[in-house]
Amino acid sequence: MIKPELICPAGTPAGLRTAVDVGADAVYCGFQNATNARNFTGLNFTPEEMEKSVAYAHERGTKVLVTLNTFPPAGKFDLWKEAVDTCARIGVDAIIVADISVADYACRTYPDLRIHLSVQAAASSPEAIEYYVREFGVKRVVLPRIMTVSEIKGLVEEIPCEVETFIFGNHGLMVEGRCSLTNYVTGISTNMDGACSPAACVKYERDAADNMSTKLCGYTIDRFAPDETAGYPTICKGRYRAQCREGGYYAFEEPISLNASNMLPDLVKAGVHAFKIEGRQRSRAYVKKVVGAFREAVDSIMAGEEPKLADLVALTEGQKQTEGALKTKKWR
Amino acid sequence: MTPQPSPQRAFGGSRAFPFAPPLPLFVLRPILKRIVTKIAAENPDMFDRLGPHRHAYFLIDPVNMPFMLYLRPDPDALDFRAVSRNNQLPHVACISGTFLDLLTLMDAEQDGDALFFSRDLVVTGDTEAVVCLRNALDDVDEPIAESVADMFGAPGRMALNALRRAAETAQKRKGADQ
Repeated sequence: MIKPELICPAGTPAGLRTAVDVGADAVYCGFQNATNARNFTGLNFTPEEMEKSVAYAHERGTKVLVTLNTFPPAGKFDLWKEAVDTCARIGVDAIIVADISVADYACRTYPDLRIHLSVQAAASSPEAIEYYVREFGVKRVVLPRIMTVSEIKGLVEEIPCEVETFIFGNHGLMVEGRCSLTNYVTGISTNMDGACSPAACVKYERDAADNMSTKLCGYTIDRFAPDETAGYPTICKGRYRAQCREGGYYAFEEPISLNASNMLPDLVKAGVHAFKIEGRQRSRAYVKKVVGAFREAVDSIMAGEEPKLADLVALTEGQKQTEGALKTKKWR
Repeated sequence: MTPQPSPQRAFGGSRAFPFAPPLPLFVLRPILKRIVTKIAAENPDMFDRLGPHRHAYFLIDPVNMPFMLYLRPDPDALDFRAVSRNNQLPHVACISGTFLDLLTLMDAEQDGDALFFSRDLVVTGDTEAVVCLRNALDDVDEPIAESVADMFGAPGRMALNALRRAAETAQKRKGADQ
């Protein structure tokens, strides 16, 4: 039985150190620019911070994976090229890429630099994954959050690379890497600029009755009553009026997080090589609690014990959680 | 941004102010100044995460305290003071929550997004400025509140523990009332 690596998020150097200290096998993080899909203000790493962080992690036996998981627009490829060059120079353990031009540059220029295929590439068929392995030497694929455990098991048996699955965090699946909903409103691309619902476009307004409205570029995308939990200010998690429903309706997705705690033994049996925790935009407190909980759970499973599952619902979006498509295609 | 009244109903509609400061607000000024100066001196890189928002004024509203805090995280012109609720000054953003939540948030014991989801943390005004401030504070390794308490030696640590206990008691009482 393979012991899956625990892949943990970090939005700051302090976040990375926290993840390392609580037992991450690998930490993934990004630079302060459009080369990654969490390009939010005040978040992420300068090249100097990344270099120091890699040293900190390596001294403690933890890997660092750098997300270069956005799609370079025409004429802007140099930013991604520079990021790949930096990763190779400072000795990161792998880069996580989505775009074929970035994968092509990395594999031709740095044949020893390990490439993981981002969930943003949305590769879920053996044929698609084999193509990436054959053409770019991809060593691991991060699967889209649209597959059941049995589908994952079947895929693991068919493909010539490792498999990583999300086990906790934001559940904005859509067709990953293809979502332009926010771009439609903000003019900023999740996939090319790396920012879904950038904070500069977001406003929260309260009325006299303490209802809270979430606005994106002036458009109200949800309104929460005083006793309702809230979610992220993204178009895909907005509540809309539709003729087929009464009142507001979560037409795309609900404010909810993936929590696959209960499915970890099945995922281990399916041969998954790595478990990923979403949340580079979250705090050190989140990293500490979530990574710590899953570290304990994975270790228990590998020791043949019943996994101890911490209650993480307080950290989930909208304080709601789901096993999503891992359990059933009919999860909604 | 025009000052807005602070949230009340979002926090249970209660403003008992159980931790009324024993000293007038102007007495707090040099203490708060010393605190923010120390944090800034020990963590100079944190200001990079603020970008242009380092020049902004933030209003931090511990809703169960009789005062609010006024912060300008500018390394060249640091400002951190307690202000009266009747004298709200211009600010780009306001962050409201119970004293305990704000304290534990600052110390990376609680996640800001989780507090936002549960509606225990209310943000108004410039969301980007708030996110930058959150990220800057979250990149400070040492627990800020403890570090501040250490500045004042054993009495400081005792005061912090007392504040935490009082805030926890108030929180439990609030929970029992609901």
